[in-house]
Amino acid sequence: MKPAPFRYADPRSLDEALDLLSDETGAKVLAGGQSLLPLLAMRLAAPATLVDLNRVPGLDTVEATGDGVRVGALVRHARLLRQTPDAQAAARVQPLLARATANVAHPAIRNRGTTVGSIAHADPSGEMTSVLALTGGSVTVATPAGRETVGWQDLFVGPLETSLAGGAVVVDAFFPALPERSGTAFAEIARRKGDYAVCGAGVVVTLDEDRRVSAVRASYISVGLVPEVHDLTEAVAGEPVDSADWAAAGALARTLVDPDTDIHASADYRRLLVGVLTERTLADAAAEAVQRSAA
Amino acid sequence: MTTSIDPPQVDSERTVSVTVNGVHREATVPVRRVLSDFLRDDLGLTGTHVGCAHGVCGSCTVMVDGDPVRSCLVLAVQVQGAQVTTVEGLARDDHQGGQVLHPVQEAFRECHALQCGFCTPGFLVTIAAGLEARDAAEEITEEEVDELVGGNLCRCTGYANIKKAVRHAAATMREDAR
Repeated sequence: MKPAPFRYADPRSLDEALDLLSDETGAKVLAGGQSLLPLLAMRLAAPATLVDLNRVPGLDTVEATGDGVRVGALVRHARLLRQTPDAQAAARVQPLLARATANVAHPAIRNRGTTVGSIAHADPSGEMTSVLALTGGSVTVATPAGRETVGWQDLFVGPLETSLAGGAVVVDAFFPALPERSGTAFAEIARRKGDYAVCGAGVVVTLDEDRRVSAVRASYISVGLVPEVHDLTEAVAGEPVDSADWAAAGALARTLVDPDTDIHASADYRRLLVGVLTERTLADAAAEAVQRSAA
Repeated sequence: MTTSIDPPQVDSERTVSVTVNGVHREATVPVRRVLSDFLRDDLGLTGTHVGCAHGVCGSCTVMVDGDPVRSCLVLAVQVQGAQVTTVEGLARDDHQGGQVLHPVQEAFRECHALQCGFCTPGFLVTIAAGLEARDAAEEITEEEVDELVGGNLCRCTGYANIKKAVRHAAATMREDAR
């Protein structure tokens, strides 16, 4: 189908965008459009006005510091996968970001869709919501009243639903740096590479100075209504990294998640995948933690 | 006041100017017009096919400023001022009054990588952009081949010959790069 009629503006500054969003009733922000345009085409959404951010300057930066990576609202997924200095710096500070981004849809979608848009869309089968949660991240929200930082726990309310009010623009997302002696991994199961995952897992493993496991955290996609972070430390705490029982951590994860049955997979199958993906990704994350400890 | 900053325009209709396959084109359209319909219905370039119209099938893939995108998931007004390449723009002048096919088009013919042809324009544009963006001197890996074809649906071929064509085109471009 074709989108229902709407009006369109492409403001040249953030202030103009915020003014439009408060002046126009039924206005919606457009950035990459890779989730919004399908919703319009299927007439699941019919906003009166689209406020296109694509010509607002200053929203397309990737800033990596010792504290973490800040991704602006117009940074396309593909940008984080290129071999450019800013993307490489981001991958050093928080490797999970690019690793998960490589699983986002297909190249043509990644050229257009944005990291921040994925987060604002709040789809529990999207990769970026779960990465924001697992890294303990936050977003910067601009409203006519000013800017505020909203942590991931306060952002996601339900599937496709955030706590943000209509006139707000998410101007960036912040992913804190990977802690010392830590490694991450990300994997998902999909019918075809790039399709929505039946189940996906992101994990972070942290070691102590004697290369024993000190912390394990995981977050899953297409499991549950909003992203959650599960602490799996107790299954492997204090074990030497080379002989840690990652299968035990996978078994623990299966008891903590509460997946739903849908047309793509049963809840039981998803719970099984949580265990398998947890075990696999933890082994990879542990290898990275060892490598980063030695460096 | 002699100067003022215009308030942002909120429009129902706009005139869109783009360069398509090197030719300047312009049309006035409702702002809800997606790029795929703009190319086909307003500019008469029917090489770009519309399959699902919501971003799943990849048939409508075109390049915008060199990058492949789903043209059903971009509004025509958003490509104002951009360079668009469609399947009609893949072949090159042979400087003898004719055209030569792009190596990917040649490989599709060689490897019988199409049957009904509906999905073919999207595959050709996606694969051409992908192969042009990589280092042609490197041998292509199976992971790269899967990544290049993974976003497009074909209901005839079973993909085997399409993947064969990707490897064939990559090999041709590797030869050409030497």
